[in-house]
Amino acid sequence: MKYALAALIVAVVACLPYQSNAAQQAVVDPLVSPRWEDMRKAFLADAPVVFDPAVQVISPANAENPMQVPVTIDATALGKVQEVVVFADFNPIVQVLRFFPDRAPAFLGFRIKLQQSSPVRAAVRTADGVWHVGGTWVNTVGGGCTAPSATGGSKEWQKRLNEVSGRQWSEGPNAGRVRLRIVHPMDTGLIAGTPAFFLEDIDFSDAAGRHLMRVQTYEPVAENPVFTLNLGPGGSEGVEASGRDNNGNTFRARIAP
Amino acid sequence: MKRLLFVALLAFSVAAPAADFDYGLVARKVAKDVYAFVGRTEDFTMANGGNIVNSGFIVAPKGVVVIDTGSSLRYGQQMRSAIAAIAVGKPIVLTINTHHHPDHFLGNQAFADAPFGALPETRQGIAADGNAFAENLFRLTGDWMKGTEVVAPTQSLIAGTIEIAGRKLRLIALGGHTGADLAVYDETTGSLFAGDLVFNGRAPTTPHADVATWLAALEKLEAVTRETGFATLVPGHGEISHDAAPIRQTRAWLMWLQNSMRESARAGLDMNEVLARPLPPEFADLPVAASEYRRSVGHLFPAAEQEALGNATLH
Repeated sequence: MKYALAALIVAVVACLPYQSNAAQQAVVDPLVSPRWEDMRKAFLADAPVVFDPAVQVISPANAENPMQVPVTIDATALGKVQEVVVFADFNPIVQVLRFFPDRAPAFLGFRIKLQQSSPVRAAVRTADGVWHVGGTWVNTVGGGCTAPSATGGSKEWQKRLNEVSGRQWSEGPNAGRVRLRIVHPMDTGLIAGTPAFFLEDIDFSDAAGRHLMRVQTYEPVAENPVFTLNLGPGGSEGVEASGRDNNGNTFRARIAP
Repeated sequence: MKRLLFVALLAFSVAAPAADFDYGLVARKVAKDVYAFVGRTEDFTMANGGNIVNSGFIVAPKGVVVIDTGSSLRYGQQMRSAIAAIAVGKPIVLTINTHHHPDHFLGNQAFADAPFGALPETRQGIAADGNAFAENLFRLTGDWMKGTEVVAPTQSLIAGTIEIAGRKLRLIALGGHTGADLAVYDETTGSLFAGDLVFNGRAPTTPHADVATWLAALEKLEAVTRETGFATLVPGHGEISHDAAPIRQTRAWLMWLQNSMRESARAGLDMNEVLARPLPPEFADLPVAASEYRRSVGHLFPAAEQEALGNATLH
């Protein structure tokens, strides 16, 4: 009986090579970062995780300017998603932003500050509670989080704080695309004498007032943030954007096609 | 993979530079008493040690005028030896930095005992950003930079024709590649040292560029090449020429770049999409075009983007 049980276990294990490979894939970080386990614990806790090529994180392999590193997250291949969290393993402030696509597709373009070369990742939670993780290594000379903002030294930004410019494209290959720029120093708080001062929350709704997407932003988002949303050809009737920073300053703007 | 790459890099960095850090500088005769050192049309690497720049000197009756000093103390020292071998026994009467980029002034230490001049904004730029630039070059070229310290020019140069050590030089104060770019025209031989306002056979760099100002400066330099006495153009990077072709090439690149940024911004492209755009065929074979394009997107696209976005309605 004992032998039979052992034989059965061996048989079961032998039947599982595919699943055990799959399980292994889920935990081995394709970016080989020593920080991955910490990141997983901090952001994804005990939820199931898969590294998934359906989550595209586009960023230059070599970023010229560590204060303005472009990042595009495209998780539209996953269809409907609940939440996207973007983080950079080796940043002093790892969390970059979170966004909650509601009626908008799971696509967001923005720029970030990097303190040193780092993986930049997006973890995307689907309705089944699984986190789908994508990412890419970005090499940079660094210093992006501890260099003063370009306009911080002048009084100019104080006059223009939370000034919004934006546009929606109603035709062409980018029909339905929205681009929004907000004047804000996005101070990280890592420069002596300059407290953290950054946009925390931006909400997008369509012309009919239906909620499109909420974006929670953190210190590493680049100064004067620019966001790109893809609403598709059906969604080009204008967009309302509103937001606030951690000092309670608010903005509200209508972006017309 | 990363570890493997690191090992490969390590092997490369040990093997590549000449053990004696010799740039192999050879003074090329541009005209009578006018010489240039012509660097490679590459990016900074451990192999080239930063010898990617052109510098030069003019042997005046009573001394030598040096134009730019290269990318490191070693470069400056080797340049000075090469000058001494040609201008035997003549003192350095003036060293000029054409602008505040590190490949043009980090050899200054080797000439620090003689008068040193630049446009006022260049002097400020070297004093303010010199150390950061030097650190970056230590990172890119390693031990070629050993002992290099920033020395800022001590005199402000003013535009106009000056007579120095018995030779007439026209100092042309321009800008656009950086906030202040100085071109030097040797009236005697018609030799024009254009600094980095002109690149020849290498994509221009734009970290501090104002493209509109730069294009205006190219008009002025092209006018110099139409003067009867003009004979030779020494660009900041790339081969020496005897016509305005490198000016036209630099202009073509800048205009394409500017238009490309504007078109991309108007079409609603995100910066990553702009980076992914292919180079047009006319620039596809230009050395370092792909990497300079990518850098320039970072430098120039945000302004084009802002212009295209306009103001949203606030309420």
